[in-house]
Order: sequence, then C-alpha cells, then structure tokens
Amino acid sequence: MRFSAILTGLVLGGTYALIAMGLTLQYGVARIMNLAYGDLIIAGSFCAMLLFTAMGINPLIALFIVVPLGFALSWLVYALMLQPLARRSPNRDRLEGDSILATFGLLFVIQGVALVLFGANYQSYSFLAVPIDVLGTTIAANRLLAFALAVLFGVGLWLLLTRTRFGTVIRAVAANPGSAPLVGINVDHVARLAFALGGGLAAAGGVVVSMYLTFSATMGVIFTMKALIVVIMGGVGNLLGALAAGLILGVVETLVSSFIDPGLTLAATYLIFLAVLVVRPQGLFGKAAR
Amino acid sequence: MILLVSLLALAALAAVPFFVGAYPLGLGIGILGYGALATAWALFSGPTRYISLATVAFFGIGAYTVAVLADLMPYPLVLLCAALIGLVVALLVGLATLRLAGIYFVIFTFGLAELVRQLVTYYEVNVTRTLGRYVFLPIGPEHIYWQLLGLLAVTLALAFWISRAKIGLALRVIGDDPVVASHLGVRITRTKLALFSLSAVAMTLAGAIQAPRWTYIEPSIVFNPTVSFLTVIMALLGGPNRLFGPLLGAVPLFLLFEWLSANFPNHYSIILGLLFIAIVFLLPNGVLAAWDKFAARLKNKEASA
Repeated sequence: MRFSAILTGLVLGGTYALIAMGLTLQYGVARIMNLAYGDLIIAGSFCAMLLFTAMGINPLIALFIVVPLGFALSWLVYALMLQPLARRSPNRDRLEGDSILATFGLLFVIQGVALVLFGANYQSYSFLAVPIDVLGTTIAANRLLAFALAVLFGVGLWLLLTRTRFGTVIRAVAANPGSAPLVGINVDHVARLAFALGGGLAAAGGVVVSMYLTFSATMGVIFTMKALIVVIMGGVGNLLGALAAGLILGVVETLVSSFIDPGLTLAATYLIFLAVLVVRPQGLFGKAAR
Repeated sequence: MILLVSLLALAALAAVPFFVGAYPLGLGIGILGYGALATAWALFSGPTRYISLATVAFFGIGAYTVAVLADLMPYPLVLLCAALIGLVVALLVGLATLRLAGIYFVIFTFGLAELVRQLVTYYEVNVTRTLGRYVFLPIGPEHIYWQLLGLLAVTLALAFWISRAKIGLALRVIGDDPVVASHLGVRITRTKLALFSLSAVAMTLAGAIQAPRWTYIEPSIVFNPTVSFLTVIMALLGGPNRLFGPLLGAVPLFLLFEWLSANFPNHYSIILGLLFIAIVFLLPNGVLAAWDKFAARLKNKEASA
C-alpha cells in the first residue's frame, strides 16, 4: 500500500517535473512569468483527447501533432504580445509586471475558448488502462508510460541544453541577458525560441496528463500553480532542481491524498511552498541571492 | 471646499435608493461593490506595483463568514468577525511573501483563492457535512447599497489620507526603488504589510456586505476567479495611481460586464480577456494618465502654434 502510493507519487511527480521544465525555460530565459501556462497544458490535453476519441489517433502519435502546435502558438504569443512589452519595458521588474498582467488576460481567453468548445465538465479517455505488475504492486500501464515520457523529455532537454551550441546560447542568455549580445547572441531571438520551446513542453505535458488524469477547462490555474511552485522550489532555471522538486511534490501529494484526505492535496502543496519561501526562497538547489 | 463637495456627492448618492427601481439599484450595488474592491486593490497594488491576484480570496472569506455566523450573533458583530478573519489571512500571506521580491507575492496570491476554496469545501464536506448555506438576513438591497457606499467612502478617504501622509510617500519610494527606500530608512516589509492588510480588510468587508444578496452561498459561487480578474482590470483601466481611477474604471466595466453576461454568457471571458490585454498594451498607466498626456500634448501644440 505504502509502496504503491510512493510509486504513484513518483509518476505524478514526473509529470510535474516535465511541465515545470517548460515554465523554467520561459521564466529563466525569456523572463516572462506566464500565468496562462497551465491553460496551454489543458489545451494540449483537450487536443489529445479530441485526436484520440474523434480520429482514433494514439496519444503517442498525437505528441507529434500537439507539441509542434504548442510550440507554434507560444512562438506567436511571444512575437505578437510579449516582445512588444519586452521592448517597451525600461527594466526587468516592469517587464515582469506587464507580462504577468498580459498573460493573466491570456489565461481567461484560452480558458474561455476551452469552455465554449468543451464545457466545464471533467473529461478523460481510456488509453492503455491495463494493470502492470511492478515489484509486487500493480500500476496502470498509462501511468508508467507517462513517467517514461517525462524522463525522455527531461533527458532530451538536458542534452539539448548541455551538449549543443543552441543550448549553450540559451544558458548564456539565462545567466546574463545583458552581456549575451557582447558575444554575438541575439537575445530577442533566443528568448522567443526559449518561450516557444517552453510552450512545446507544456503541450507535451498536456498530452501526458490527458493519458492518465481527468481534466477540465478551469483546471489550468492549478497546473500553473504547481509548475510555479516546482520552479521556485528547484531554483529558477535549474532543470535538475525542477526534477527533484517535481518528484518531491508528487510524492507528498499522493501520500497526503491517500493517507489523509484527497481534499487537502492543494493545501499540502501550499504548505511546502510556504516552507520553501520562509526557509530557502532561492530554491532548494538555487544559488543564494542574485 | 473639497470636503464640502465630497459630502454633497455622498449625500446625493445616498439618496439614490429613494428614487430608482429595483434593477437600477442592483446595478448601483454592483458598481459600488466593484468600486470598493478596485479602490481597495489600488490602495496597495497601485503605489507598490505588487500585483495582487487574490481579491476573491478575501471577498469570498467575507461572504462565507457572514453565511456561517449570521444566525449566531448580531450583524455588526458578524462584520467585525469577517474583517478580523480577513486581517489574519492577510497578515499570514504578507508575512510569508512581502519580504521577498514581488514575483513571489504574485504567485502566492495567484493560487490563494483556489486554496481557500478547497479548504472551505473540505471543511464543509467533512466536518459540517453540508456544502452550501442559506443567508436569511432582514437586510434589503437599499441597506446593502448604503453600507457599500459607506465602505467605498471610507476606502477613498483612506486612500486620500495615505497619498498625503508619510506612509504614502514611503510606499511610492518602495514602488520606484526598494533599495533607495531602505537606504532612506523606510521599513519596507512593515509598510507593505500594513497597507496590504488594510486593503484586504476592505475587500473582505465588500464580500461580507454583499452576502445577503445571494441568499444561497457555496464555495464555487463566492470564490469565483472572475471577481479578481474584474477588479484588476477595472483598477488598471482607470489608473491604479489615481484616487478616483479605480472607481472610474469600475463604472464602465461593470456595465459592460453586465451587458456581456446577459447577451454573450458563453463568450464573456474571452472578450474580457482580450480587453484586458488591450488595456495592458494601450493604457499602461490607466485612462486618466493617458488623458493628462494627451492634454499636455495639446497644450504644447497650442503654445508652439
């Protein structure tokens, strides 16, 4: 019982880590605090459900459709909406404030579209819901697949950031956007790509979520919240930190919901967040005070 | 002079319920309610630029407190309890986040309404075993109107006083540059905490006063995120740094919202979202500041011509 709860928690945590990695790219590199992030995740979930139920497209294949869509949509959002704000802002604080407000508006637009198209009910579909035996406990195959996908995306992103030239450029902008142009980096361009990449990861997270969780049009806020908490726990811009924090959050949530009460999971999340803010606001693995 | 004019305006507004029917009075209540919320929001978020997305958390706490306590004690005492609960929650949130950078505050307030809603739901389902409560108070719409008018007047007076007093200056310095503020000897965290608590109490009262209008109350009604959203957009439209800016934004946007929810019930959140983005883009400091700029430009042209 306890082991199966931890296993379920790890699976959930893998998904949290996956979605937090996208947000940490958007906030760490593009400097945009995107409050509509969770709604993009939900949009990905709805796309995957639509493709599966209407056309019988396997969610694994749907990834190849939904992720580019999320990438393109985020690219457009950045180019049309956020880049003008970034150019107008005299400093980082002002950009942070304006981008929060603009994406807060975007949140209601995306959520409104989802409500019109799909209604406010909880949705789900049945994909690979077969039990599999893992070390003596059973777990649904779709959950294992979700975890495998989270690991795959995580490792892929890590390799991209640490082993390629493009990844080095991204990390340079994250580390110091002021000096990056001195070595010939086009910060605008990199920020837009990083934001779009984050959007692609959000869409991937949405597909993964739809495989094993029920979701509704108004749930975006909760995913944004959890992704934000994971990003802050792990330290902004820190991929491995996001991974560890996501797993911790997933395990704690599952333990609370299976041994205390499912109605208190968000409270547990907030309690962790509060503890991090009080003790280590720079994140569990973040560097002290920037 | 200013005092006389504002007292006359207040008296005129207070006489409105004697002359209008039920529907206009309902609109008046809505405008005053949102006017009070937006003014209270701007009280803290205007000068400090800390964007609070938790308006509905406090608003809902107020409404829910009335629903729970209405049968147990006299009405003024219920309002006092609501204000105290709002104050305690604000202090908790403020102590955890206001000593950090603004972004942490935004994130915390972003999820706060959802957290409070889930906690109340959990409590009602597991402890009292009833989800949803009835409020039967002998309070007519005109009384709600007068109470909201009083709340709005007090909030405006407070905002006016703060803009003149030392604490207002301290807040503006914090908003412009926190480093300079701390070098000038401003106690940053304490000042922000005081203002945030004041604004939260006003929001709580706005919710508490309007509770008798609903008759039936449940968490998904009083913790509706649209309230937070509308409050921010109203304050931004009018200009969060002007005394009457938020109120000025509340009037047209509330009427627009009423019209939209009557005619486009399924699409209003899309339309309002787009409107919000447009306001952030076109009127970064509100319509009053934009008007001043425009007037100044006109004057310059005349002078040069």
